[in-house]
Amino acid sequence: MSTTNSEFKTRLSLNKNVLYFLMLLPALIWFMLLSYLPMLGLVLAFKQFHFYRGGFFHSLYKSKWVGFENFTYLFSSNEAWIITRNTLGYNILFIIIGTALSVLLAIGFSRMLNKKLTKLLQTLIFCPYFITWVVIGYIVMSFLSYEHGTVNGILKFFNMTPVNWYSDRGIWPYVLVTVNVWQTIGYTSVIYLASILGISQQLYEAAEIEGASKWQQVKFITIPGIKPIIIVMVMISVGQIFQGNFGLFWFAPMESGALLPVTQVINTYTYRALMYTSNVGMSSAACLYQSVMGFILVLIFNRTLQKVDPENAMF
Amino acid sequence: MTVRKKSKGNPCDISRASNLTLSIIVAIIAIICIYPIVLMFMISLSSEKSILLYGYKFFPSHYSLEAYRYMFKVGYQLLHSYMITIFVTVVGTILSLVISTLYAYAISRDDFKYRKLFTFIALFPLMFSGGFVASYLVNSQLLGFTNSFLGLIMPLAVNGFFILILRTYFKTTIPAALIEAARIDGAGEFRIFYQIVVPLSKPVIATISLLTAVAYWNDWWDPLLYINKASMTPVQLLLQNTQTNMQFIINNSSSLSSNSVELLKHMPTQTAIFAIVVLATIPILCTYPFFQKYVVSGMTVGGVKD
Repeated sequence: MSTTNSEFKTRLSLNKNVLYFLMLLPALIWFMLLSYLPMLGLVLAFKQFHFYRGGFFHSLYKSKWVGFENFTYLFSSNEAWIITRNTLGYNILFIIIGTALSVLLAIGFSRMLNKKLTKLLQTLIFCPYFITWVVIGYIVMSFLSYEHGTVNGILKFFNMTPVNWYSDRGIWPYVLVTVNVWQTIGYTSVIYLASILGISQQLYEAAEIEGASKWQQVKFITIPGIKPIIIVMVMISVGQIFQGNFGLFWFAPMESGALLPVTQVINTYTYRALMYTSNVGMSSAACLYQSVMGFILVLIFNRTLQKVDPENAMF
Repeated sequence: MTVRKKSKGNPCDISRASNLTLSIIVAIIAIICIYPIVLMFMISLSSEKSILLYGYKFFPSHYSLEAYRYMFKVGYQLLHSYMITIFVTVVGTILSLVISTLYAYAISRDDFKYRKLFTFIALFPLMFSGGFVASYLVNSQLLGFTNSFLGLIMPLAVNGFFILILRTYFKTTIPAALIEAARIDGAGEFRIFYQIVVPLSKPVIATISLLTAVAYWNDWWDPLLYINKASMTPVQLLLQNTQTNMQFIINNSSSLSSNSVELLKHMPTQTAIFAIVVLATIPILCTYPFFQKYVVSGMTVGGVKD
């Protein structure tokens, strides 16, 4: 009796595993074709790619191995350093400033007393998330356009000489950081708010009885409570730290050539190399460089966590 | 009086003075966030002349609907692009929701033997990717995405981060006992999924559909890579290079093609751009109120481990 029962159970669980597998199959096929197959395509970085009849695999197979030639070509240019600096520099600023501001904002939301007002302000702050980068390019233009922009309008009002912002490199780091934070803060603060609301209210009540100040509560309850989520979010950003946000760097400067030294990032560089000069080899080399460096940083980040804060390490 | 108020309020609440300060600070941030969007709307309502004379102004000296009137007159291509965008957004969002929730549900169940492996498969691409060149070549050479709805729909159909959010929700809010009970009652796994799990997961499903719809509506990257035909051009691609596309829009306004030169001459150059920009933004912005009540509760991101 008991043997048949356990047999029945194994059969049932086998069956269950098959059903779970069927459920995830469609997205699994997607992952294989659209995420993992391109990973194999990274070998392109070591080839001189030519299109041959007979499709992609045939072309990939027939293209000549060139070793590290594409990388030599990429890194011999002066630009490799500039685009790396820009990509890393901006992303580090985005991660630090973006995370700090959205965590603060989320704490603010969670503490405001008037719930209706909170909801309204939250909605307004979320709005930029709906604006696509193409449109953001035009919004930036409405501020910075030489002839009609509102910023130059203010300068003219005070009898100052208008500035051609689209060739003034100094201002762009500020513009790009501001625009990026403006677009993402509503979205990320909601993610942090969701996890703040998941913290048990009893912890705050206990702290209140113990006489802890509001700041101490934030420091010893809220921040530790959402730390795991901050770590997940930062980890994902670190994995993409070598990827420039293409939309931001492509549309906001309106492709101004004068600004390239401060607006060109790896992604826009590879896009230009691929689309304007059809340089598949070098763009692939740049992609491999991005992916591998990003992944190494994730591993370093995780290793550091394992040492400092093993509970929150990702793997 | 004060005593009564104190007993009513939560002792953990901040003081009224700090609440006021906090509210003012957050309100200022909200104004900064919304100002550029309203500005863009106001520019589209300015008269061409007031822009040429005084520049872009939050309160233009003359209002005019000329830009919108013009866009409707020449707007055949715009209308067509709208149709493409709406179709892609609706179909893409539904497809994406179905396959992502099924995947997330499977990896959220503790009784699924291989959940760790498949969780890894979904999350690894967030940290390591083949890069856009390889993606582009695979998609255009192998999968036939060029000038096809596949190219507009498939690239955004699955998102590892959304799967993480969905999985967290299923794991933390759907009681295992409930599923076990349904199973004992003889319900199949798929029936349990759509009759018990889906209705209980409204907040997260609403949130993910909103985020997915926004991603589809705002997608300019995939059309930039895969689309080069007027009949397949979505709104965001149309917007990308408006200077040349103004010509493009007018050339494709079939009924008026004979006098397109004349039309181009009378174009309100400054405001027409902003009219399209507004028309491209308003529809997706309008979806937010419908989803808003679910967004916070549906956006809990969990740890990657376990």
